[in-house]
Amino acid sequence: MYRLAGRLAPWFGGLCLLSLALGLYLGLVVAPADYEQGDSYRIIYIHVPAAWMSMFVYVVMATSSAIFLIWRLKIADVVAEASAPIGAAFTAVALLTGSFWGKPMWGTWWIWDARLTSELLLLFLYLGYMALRGALDTPQGSARAAAILAVVGVVNIPIIHFSVEWWNTLHQPATISKLDKPSMHISMLRPLLLMVLAFQMLYFHNLMVRLRTLILTRESRASWVAELNPETGN
Amino acid sequence: MAEFLNMGGYAFYVWTSYFLALILLGGVALWTSMQSRKVRLSAIRKAQQRRRKS
Amino acid sequence: MRVFKRDMKLAVRSAGQWLNPLLFFVIVVTLFPLGIGPGPAMLATIAPGVLWVSALLAMMLSLDALFANDFRDGTLEQMVLSGHPLTVMVLGKVMAHWVISGLPLVLLSPLLGLLMQLPEEAYLTLLASLFLGTLSLSFIGAIGAALIVSLNQGGVLLSLLVLPLTVPVLIFGSGAVAAAGMGLETSAHLSMLMAIVFLSVSLSPLAIAGALRVGVAAGR
Repeated sequence: MYRLAGRLAPWFGGLCLLSLALGLYLGLVVAPADYEQGDSYRIIYIHVPAAWMSMFVYVVMATSSAIFLIWRLKIADVVAEASAPIGAAFTAVALLTGSFWGKPMWGTWWIWDARLTSELLLLFLYLGYMALRGALDTPQGSARAAAILAVVGVVNIPIIHFSVEWWNTLHQPATISKLDKPSMHISMLRPLLLMVLAFQMLYFHNLMVRLRTLILTRESRASWVAELNPETGN
Repeated sequence: MAEFLNMGGYAFYVWTSYFLALILLGGVALWTSMQSRKVRLSAIRKAQQRRRKS
Repeated sequence: MRVFKRDMKLAVRSAGQWLNPLLFFVIVVTLFPLGIGPGPAMLATIAPGVLWVSALLAMMLSLDALFANDFRDGTLEQMVLSGHPLTVMVLGKVMAHWVISGLPLVLLSPLLGLLMQLPEEAYLTLLASLFLGTLSLSFIGAIGAALIVSLNQGGVLLSLLVLPLTVPVLIFGSGAVAAAGMGLETSAHLSMLMAIVFLSVSLSPLAIAGALRVGVAAGR
């Protein structure tokens, strides 16, 4: 696994840079300005991928936690532990860029929009998970406790999202639906998909490197570690 | 070029967003690679020292 | 059932366990008019939210001690090792916690509603929503309490873990009271709360039991 992660990491990193460069070029330079929102809509190229990744990473985390709880597969726990900070960073980016998009569009830095609120609660879930991991010092104990928390969280996310949506429609009968675009022009959609790909690859690359770090930390007493080259780690 | 940087009057919002994303995601990436380097060097060295002793 | 009776007896003997969250509830609610101003119209609009958030925080406060004492004196370890199904014992323990800490809050809430100028129409809904809500809060919160059982000090961490999970309860609970205050239908809110109660009572004992096993193993 350690070797596999090492072999995959540069591929993910390269793909990430490639799609990032192409996506940014197409999104910032080639794509036309939106006729309603002008150029401010270009924030979408980081906001939407970050929001998508914030959920994707949580699902990865919860799935591997469940696998760890059921089959006691150690590597699944390592994946969950490595994912949490990356997911939290994506969530924070989604929130911040959402705020910077909201200011010119809605005239305010923050509105209690259903999606923004859910995203904020998701950030709290990530932070709680990381805090629990940090607080429990024995590795076995913290792994299983954190896994239970992640699974409980993923069961709750749909309920939280549903309740927030419901609460939102109650308090704001006329929701501002500027962000709900029925369809996007292909010249705008292509860079968006590229950016989603770039963020996905960024996550995978980061995950692979973190996996190697965590495996080394946990297995530092294993004999194979002594056979590695300290400079390259291979 | 100036027109591109101006972002149709939304320069502040657009570029701050991109800047923040760079700081956060780049920060995580940097932290990851620094941590990886540190652990790699110390863990492998220690393992090799143990081996030499035994 | 035996666990339930034992916890009840212990609670009757130590008054602080059920009295402290209650006092906390009263004091937090009285702080709001002092912080915001005594205008009756203002208070009436924020009353549902204030009452509900205060009840939620009071429940969090009481959760700290739910498993901590039993963990310290080894009772919990015996429970885990006894061979009886742990989920059933957990069910008894959490029910006892609710009767001790949740029910008094529910019974006292109309009095605090009075202080907050809550409209008359809302009292019945306040009771009903808190009755259902505190029950599910006990079960959801117990997951958090079980996760941090092996830590010596976990008060703030407990809130950090549990509060995001309680958002749906808060939304539907205070929503019900607010709707009742405006003379609207509340059955949708209350049936949602009911659904959350069923979900949390049936699923969370599994998570609690799992977390307790981990905690006991880590504490040894």
